[in-house]
Amino acid sequence: MNFKSTIGFEVHFELKTKSKIFSPSPVTYGAKPNTATNVIDWAMPGVLPYVNKNVYRLGIMVALATHAHILPNTHFDRKNYYYPDSPKAYQITQFFQPLARDGYVDIEVHGKKKRIGIHEMHIEEDAGKNAHGTNGYSYVDLNRQGVPLIEVVSEPDITDPDEGYAYLEKLRKVVQFTGASDVKMEEGSMRVDTNISIRPAGQKKLGTKVEMKNLNSFEHVRKSLAYEEKRQQQVLLSGGRVQSSTRRFDEASGKTVLERVKEGDADYRYFPEPDLAPYHISQDWVDKIAKEMPTSAEDRYDEYVNKFGLKPYDANVLLQTKESSDFFDKAVAAGADPRLAANWMNTQVNGYLNDNRVSLSDIKLTPEHLAAMIKLIKDGTISSKIAKKVFAETITKGTDPKKYVEDKGMVQLSDTSVLQPMVTKVVDANPQSVEDFKNGKDRAIGYLVGQIMKQTRGKANPKVVNKLLNQELQSR
Amino acid sequence: MKITEDTIKHVAILSRLEFDDKELGKMTKQMGSIINMADQLSEVDTKGVPETVQVVDRDTVFRDDKPEHWQDREDLMKNAPAKANGFIKVPVIINKDDDQ
Amino acid sequence: MNYLNENIDSLNKKLANGSLSADKLTKDTVANIKDENKKLNAWITVADDAKPAENLDFSKNKLAGIPIGIKDNITTKGVKTTAASHMLYNYVPVFDATVISKLKKAQATFVGKTNMDEFAMGSSTEHSYYGPTHNPWNLDKVPGGSSGGSAAAVASGQVVAALGSDTGGSIRQPAAFNGIFGIKPTYGRVSRWGLIAFSSSLDQIGVLTKRAKDSAEILNVIAGSDDRDSTVSEKEVPDFTSFIGQGVKGLRIGVPKEYMSDAVDEKVRAAVQKQIDFLKANGAIINKVSLPLTKYVVPTYYIIASSEASSNLQRYDGIRYGYRAKDTKSLVDVYVKSRSEGFGPEVKRRIMLGSFALSAGSYDKFFKQAAKVRTLICNEFDKIFADNDIIVGPTTTTPAFDIGSEISDPIKMYNNDILTISANLAGIPAASVPAGLADGMPVGFQIMAKRFDEGNIFRVADFIERNNKFYEKTPSGMED
Repeated sequence: MNFKSTIGFEVHFELKTKSKIFSPSPVTYGAKPNTATNVIDWAMPGVLPYVNKNVYRLGIMVALATHAHILPNTHFDRKNYYYPDSPKAYQITQFFQPLARDGYVDIEVHGKKKRIGIHEMHIEEDAGKNAHGTNGYSYVDLNRQGVPLIEVVSEPDITDPDEGYAYLEKLRKVVQFTGASDVKMEEGSMRVDTNISIRPAGQKKLGTKVEMKNLNSFEHVRKSLAYEEKRQQQVLLSGGRVQSSTRRFDEASGKTVLERVKEGDADYRYFPEPDLAPYHISQDWVDKIAKEMPTSAEDRYDEYVNKFGLKPYDANVLLQTKESSDFFDKAVAAGADPRLAANWMNTQVNGYLNDNRVSLSDIKLTPEHLAAMIKLIKDGTISSKIAKKVFAETITKGTDPKKYVEDKGMVQLSDTSVLQPMVTKVVDANPQSVEDFKNGKDRAIGYLVGQIMKQTRGKANPKVVNKLLNQELQSR
Repeated sequence: MKITEDTIKHVAILSRLEFDDKELGKMTKQMGSIINMADQLSEVDTKGVPETVQVVDRDTVFRDDKPEHWQDREDLMKNAPAKANGFIKVPVIINKDDDQ
Repeated sequence: MNYLNENIDSLNKKLANGSLSADKLTKDTVANIKDENKKLNAWITVADDAKPAENLDFSKNKLAGIPIGIKDNITTKGVKTTAASHMLYNYVPVFDATVISKLKKAQATFVGKTNMDEFAMGSSTEHSYYGPTHNPWNLDKVPGGSSGGSAAAVASGQVVAALGSDTGGSIRQPAAFNGIFGIKPTYGRVSRWGLIAFSSSLDQIGVLTKRAKDSAEILNVIAGSDDRDSTVSEKEVPDFTSFIGQGVKGLRIGVPKEYMSDAVDEKVRAAVQKQIDFLKANGAIINKVSLPLTKYVVPTYYIIASSEASSNLQRYDGIRYGYRAKDTKSLVDVYVKSRSEGFGPEVKRRIMLGSFALSAGSYDKFFKQAAKVRTLICNEFDKIFADNDIIVGPTTTTPAFDIGSEISDPIKMYNNDILTISANLAGIPAASVPAGLADGMPVGFQIMAKRFDEGNIFRVADFIERNNKFYEKTPSGMED
């Protein structure tokens, strides 16, 4: 029997704001417990929420980037549930009138293009964190309480784990390039819940859903979905029934493990949040945000390949993160030759980042430095060999390339009035090489270039030296 | 609408309240008559009528994204029944929703 | 000292000319409160260390040095705030409500927190963890509720003014039962920041005083926009005292027939009719109008208010503040035992009703339907206000009832609110001004106006007050 899978995703992104969604407490990472909190975060009696404008702005960016229809009339609702990290015992979210509906992202899997629908997206508040002790107690830290989130819910368009993987990659990239979120799974600024059901081919009705929450990586998502596909098939083939349940992915065994069976839906008693009036999003504001939005990865790819003439591979490497693409764009804006800049970014810069396990924001090299260095290479001031030295200096110490080259006397020697006497001298001293040259042994010239490089401690411009040597040898 | 003790028990779980048998009986009876009264609302023709969930005279107003420090942790902690090392202390959490 | 014959103007004059010092006023007030409290139990917390503000400016601030009572569901920094609940028996806020900050700026003196029904749920102040408050007109009667402590404190002359809160009549009904003036402003007129929420879409802070003008003075201070409460209107706040001392000629007054039906005590109706006749005699235009949905306001209100309350009161879980049950073994224990031991029976009933109304399978039938009926109720008022400036009638169907007489019958208790609830559902301002006595107990005359038109309420209340001079009467329970 053949089976069809239906896969859904609920992806939470932390929206990158300075303060929380309903209170002005700072959004911080790694602060001491409960220090980034105030009476609102604690749900002290008598407090009221007050909406942070930037949350809506960033949310609208995500909606625009996923081609979603922004609802003109949005409001918040309460989702009621008890948990120590939820101080009000309700979460302020958007249930009845979300921020946007009916979006999509386009993916490509095994060379096949597909459009994956986004059912809706809504903004809401994050909960605090519980640390579980071994002494019979848990410990609550409310620093994260009220950090803004946008939850993106997919349509059930995804039919296999590879598509799921591609969807997540694409969604992450799209959101990342809006700048609305850091989209880092390891820091929790992107969190993935997935669900999967299978049904015999030909059957219309969807099967029973199994959910997996807070998966660690896209690879885990793919593996757990693949495992579930097989497991559920076996259950059905052996005449069993798939239980509506939540399962967890066990990294060590590569299997999913039952966490709990769901008996009916939790009763969250949603109702409209009476402490906040509705918000009507004006088209003017949406237009303004659209204008201010950073260029999407797709548009950047277009520019890199069609305008700058980069190879598709190089363009894609640059576009792996918004950070590297931004760096490249700034270097080009500062006057760098795009192809040289791409080459340096994808080889030397990335090599350094990988070797040292750091990111672009950690290094001292700026896009302006890179542009300056590329200019020095292009106008012949330094050789590529010298450039590597300059690069090593700049990336570790942040030294200005031009100044460094001047201070260290690294400027390339291209002056023929200086080089010509040296060429004459070296040819005079090596009669055998003249002989070799005449006999068509081009190799001879390499030896002579080497001699001049040695004398000038590598500063001689190899192109000029080559030209002068050729002339000299031919004249003998 | 008939309100049974089972309904009341279920609502008590949602409300994180407990009642002994005597209280449960009384609560069931009282809730029964209150909900009977509320049932009268179904007499009103509300076809096509929008809901009023608040009577605010304007759209929600926004705050600028500017962090502010209001209270020190020590002040916020003053009313906490149990605390340790800057955390609020609670009996160990076993499973979210385990009693829903 | 007591203030049976004082008002804000008279005290301000004495303070300004030096015939009375603010220190003495504060001390005597506190001493009198402590003395009277044995009899009335109007206060939960009395501020032994009460002090007037520094550098009092009597010409700039009418309230400078004047002692004011605060209902115990309004948050006061450093002063225990319990909402009359065991749940918050030890809770000391670390911030001030906006109304408190504003009163501090106006240099008012804080002398304590007044008794109330637990979390403002009730119409008799019998549902207080700290015991019932007694009506100063007859100690065996309830003072109404939930702002019963504030009302009794003002009526007995312990303070000239007290803040209350009104979700379904909690200022107006006790004002009526105690023979004083009490106003619930328009929803959105006064910031709710620091008001312990009962029902967020209905709650509004207001004032109880003997004289309408005193409420106008205080509303002048506490009204207006606030960057802590985004539901407060940005509309300009007029000088409410400017409506004092005017006439009523040409004022169009609607009298709903449902408010003067047989369901209302005959003597109450008579006292109210007398005020209507007086207004008519002075040039007001009286129009008979109808609010046919009045019979549905009680269920509409109890569904909406209890639904919101069930959610608002979930934060009382024994985790971050307030009462935590002893000997809890699990997290569920902390929740269930703390809440079951911390809340009184009326609060539990409302939480249960609200959780039920919002639960799967009930939401459409109860919460949603009530929210739709609320729209129709609002429409009825809009229609009447198209041709009328104000709507009047009795505040309550009967005068104050005996302590203990209704507490065991929630439905009977809920029906007490039938005449006051609509103003909260529609968000309009409403007040109660004394109309006279029925069987020795005060009767309230209710005045409702268009949204943000508190001005016409003050105008009419003051006009009535100047005529019947009810404020000259001393509550019978105070004559010993």
